[in-house]
Amino acid sequence: MSDNILEIKDLHVQYNTDDAVVHALNGFDLMLKKGEVLGLVGETGAGKTTMALSILRLLPDKVGEITEGSINYDGLDILHANKRDMLKLRGAKVSMIFQDPMTSLNPIITVGEQIHEVLDLHFPDMSKSEKDRRVDEVLELVGIQVHRKTEFPHQFSGGMKQRIGIAMALVAEPELLLADEPTTALDVTIQAQILKLMKELKDKFNTSMILITHDLGVVAEFCESVAIVYAGEVIEKGTVDDIFTERNHPYTEGLFNSIPSLTCDLERLIPIPGFMADPTNLPQGCKFADRCKYCMEKCKTSVPPTYEMGTHGIKCFLFSDKGDE
Amino acid sequence: MLIPVIIGITLFIYVIMSVAPGDPARMILGQDATVEQIQAKRAELGLDRPLLIRYVNYMAGVVQGDFGSSWYNEYNVIAEFGARLPNTLTLGMTAMALAALLGIPLGVFAAVRQYSVYDYTTLVAAMIFSSMPAFWFGLMAQVYLCLKLGWLPATGADSLVHFILPAVTLAAAILASQVRMTRTSMLEVIKQDYVRTARSKGAPEKRVIVKHVLRNGLLPVVTSLGMGFALLLGGTVVIESVFAIPGVGSLLIGAVRLRDVPVVMGIIVVIACFVGVMNLLVDLLYAVIDPRVKQGYGL
Amino acid sequence: MWGLVAFRFRKNKLAMVGLAVIVILVIASLAAPLFVDYSNVYTQNIADRFIKPGTNGHIFGTDQFGRDLFARIMYGGRISLLAGLISVGLGLILGLVLGGTAGYYGGKVDNIIMRVCDIFMAVPQTLLTMAIVAALGQGTFNMLIALSVAGFPRYARTVRSSILTLRGQEFVEAAKCYGSSSPRIIFRHIIPNGLGPVIVSATLGLGATILSIASLGFLGIGVQAPTPEWGTILSENRGNIRYFPFLGLIPGMFIAAAVMCLNFMGDGLRDALDPRTKS
Repeated sequence: MSDNILEIKDLHVQYNTDDAVVHALNGFDLMLKKGEVLGLVGETGAGKTTMALSILRLLPDKVGEITEGSINYDGLDILHANKRDMLKLRGAKVSMIFQDPMTSLNPIITVGEQIHEVLDLHFPDMSKSEKDRRVDEVLELVGIQVHRKTEFPHQFSGGMKQRIGIAMALVAEPELLLADEPTTALDVTIQAQILKLMKELKDKFNTSMILITHDLGVVAEFCESVAIVYAGEVIEKGTVDDIFTERNHPYTEGLFNSIPSLTCDLERLIPIPGFMADPTNLPQGCKFADRCKYCMEKCKTSVPPTYEMGTHGIKCFLFSDKGDE
Repeated sequence: MLIPVIIGITLFIYVIMSVAPGDPARMILGQDATVEQIQAKRAELGLDRPLLIRYVNYMAGVVQGDFGSSWYNEYNVIAEFGARLPNTLTLGMTAMALAALLGIPLGVFAAVRQYSVYDYTTLVAAMIFSSMPAFWFGLMAQVYLCLKLGWLPATGADSLVHFILPAVTLAAAILASQVRMTRTSMLEVIKQDYVRTARSKGAPEKRVIVKHVLRNGLLPVVTSLGMGFALLLGGTVVIESVFAIPGVGSLLIGAVRLRDVPVVMGIIVVIACFVGVMNLLVDLLYAVIDPRVKQGYGL
Repeated sequence: MWGLVAFRFRKNKLAMVGLAVIVILVIASLAAPLFVDYSNVYTQNIADRFIKPGTNGHIFGTDQFGRDLFARIMYGGRISLLAGLISVGLGLILGLVLGGTAGYYGGKVDNIIMRVCDIFMAVPQTLLTMAIVAALGQGTFNMLIALSVAGFPRYARTVRSSILTLRGQEFVEAAKCYGSSSPRIIFRHIIPNGLGPVIVSATLGLGATILSIASLGFLGIGVQAPTPEWGTILSENRGNIRYFPFLGLIPGMFIAAAVMCLNFMGDGLRDALDPRTKS
């Protein structure tokens, strides 16, 4: 699959804290084609942010550890790349929009300068006027008035801060954009604006994107393909069509059932019983087993492989006869 | 702000003094003084007048820069203060410079290399030096380095070399707390999200530290420098005594022993003013470092 | 909640060492009359001057008057520690009362009290203490008063800021919501949460106070000779340290040890109380 720009295979990541070892990613697999927009869906704590940070190797020093697996970006072996290659990659080829706009910007540097910094780092030969022009351009693109680039983050609202974050991520025209819940901290109207903006950018630059979210609605509207994450694994993946029309992994089924619907009458929402598996003490078999209403004996002892049915892949023994491993 | 402080402190001391046992006139003249001599002395010092009148007279003088004369010697308080000030300033400024210029880099380095051997050594050393009595350190250093080994002069303030050991001793405790404070502050900042953002832009670690971590971490460091300055002033008194440096500190001690109130009062008032000015400078420094503060002032 | 704090404190090795040494020092001081004859503290014996430590039953040697240094250090410990505790105690009481009032009532009362604290804090603590001693006259009792007065503003501020933080916190609102009455709120929520910073402040303050007492003793304006406070001992032997360093090393080490251990404990307490210390 040479048109894959990103290939993550069997990635295991853990956090070594004082109290315990937290297994954040447990055999994470992901493929992304050039120009593809993938929605990464999962609850808090499923490992989505960890995956994004791993791609850029930005896990917290000493605490975060990649123990197994491989990440391949456009031919570059990320896990064994040297520092220089990583520095060239970050911000220019692969950039990230962080989840919390309130804390992601340096409070004592002007926003213009923070965006400018990306260009300073990656295009040392570019003239100052050209860099200024690009900064202005990207600010206009995200809808921030250019004359405000000499102001400081605290002078902007949450939504605008997020847009500044987006501007910083885009100014170097990256090939891959990792957007970590870019709209979660914002209200719905701003959310719509930002998604529209990202759609425009995708069209303009053909940027590949991974949109991390816990909102299936956003995925349906905006993404081409989806990957559902649970307890550090991708338990289901496919095109938006696959996920939304065909039969799903029991967890995904549960997700759909938990969303209130405008179209059908429902007395109560059906939540998924129980809690996500404790990442410091993971169960032996399928990690969803204790919450799954279809749970079988073998689910408790062995981890299911991913069964592929065309573009649709599901990591569940229920599909063992349907697809190929 | 300074005015209430000066009024408050001076009034407080005056009140205590009038409450405390011991007649200054009697103490000055000694045991054998006759009643007439004592009364004459009291009149001379103005002690026979009511508290409030004495206070007002005193403050009137202060406003004009006259802090009165010592009760025991003839000299004028402010004149003597001025004469001794250069020595104290040399000592104090050198120590402060040492503490800041050494302390901050050491602290930054320890934070950047957290958990390393360097970090632990620095922490332990800082702990030891901030717990050790400065005068003991000075005393021992004096005995070993000056009297036994003869490397440095033991007492006096005749040349700059004379100030080396006193300044180092004085700086030691402040340096220690400065290193710890800087380290803690840097560690706090390093954990922040925006530092991660900077890295995600492809900034090399050095740039991240210098441009993003340092400036944000500097604010608490400036605060602790301000606090260290106050400690420094207190420590100067002790160090001047150990190394027999004729400065403001030793003037104060002598005055305290004799209960020479005008001298003590005068020194305290001037120092309070000095501290006030330093605090102002610290505030200004804040505004320079942190644009949020600058905007608060409408600069 | 205190169980968790104690657990975290126990994990901190430095703090535990500090605690252990302080306990030993306290016990040694309290038990001093049991193994040291009080008369040794003051009895002079010119024939036995400047005996080196370890000889003739004098564990720490003797000073210029032939007085047994070990006895003086042990009894001195009682004085240094006791004086420290009293000053900090008095300062704390003043601080609790004033800071508590300021924090609880707010408004004008708060303003006035804070102004007063600001006035006292404008002069460096050591110097203020000296000024008060100058006004009152020398002696241990006056020194204690001076230390308490110079020290209370810090405690008042800590108490006040604790109260202010807690008043605004949501868990107080929450407690009110599920029906807790005011005294209950104060005792079960505010005091446990607010006490922490005050205890840390007091522990570190005790270390600083002992240091101050020693400094004042050394300068001759604190505990007066021949009372064997550690700093005073140093000042008495100042001239002789050159030829008999042990006279200087030993008292100083005791001061340093006591202060260091209190600092370890204070830091350990602070880390144990702060839930966010490690990531």
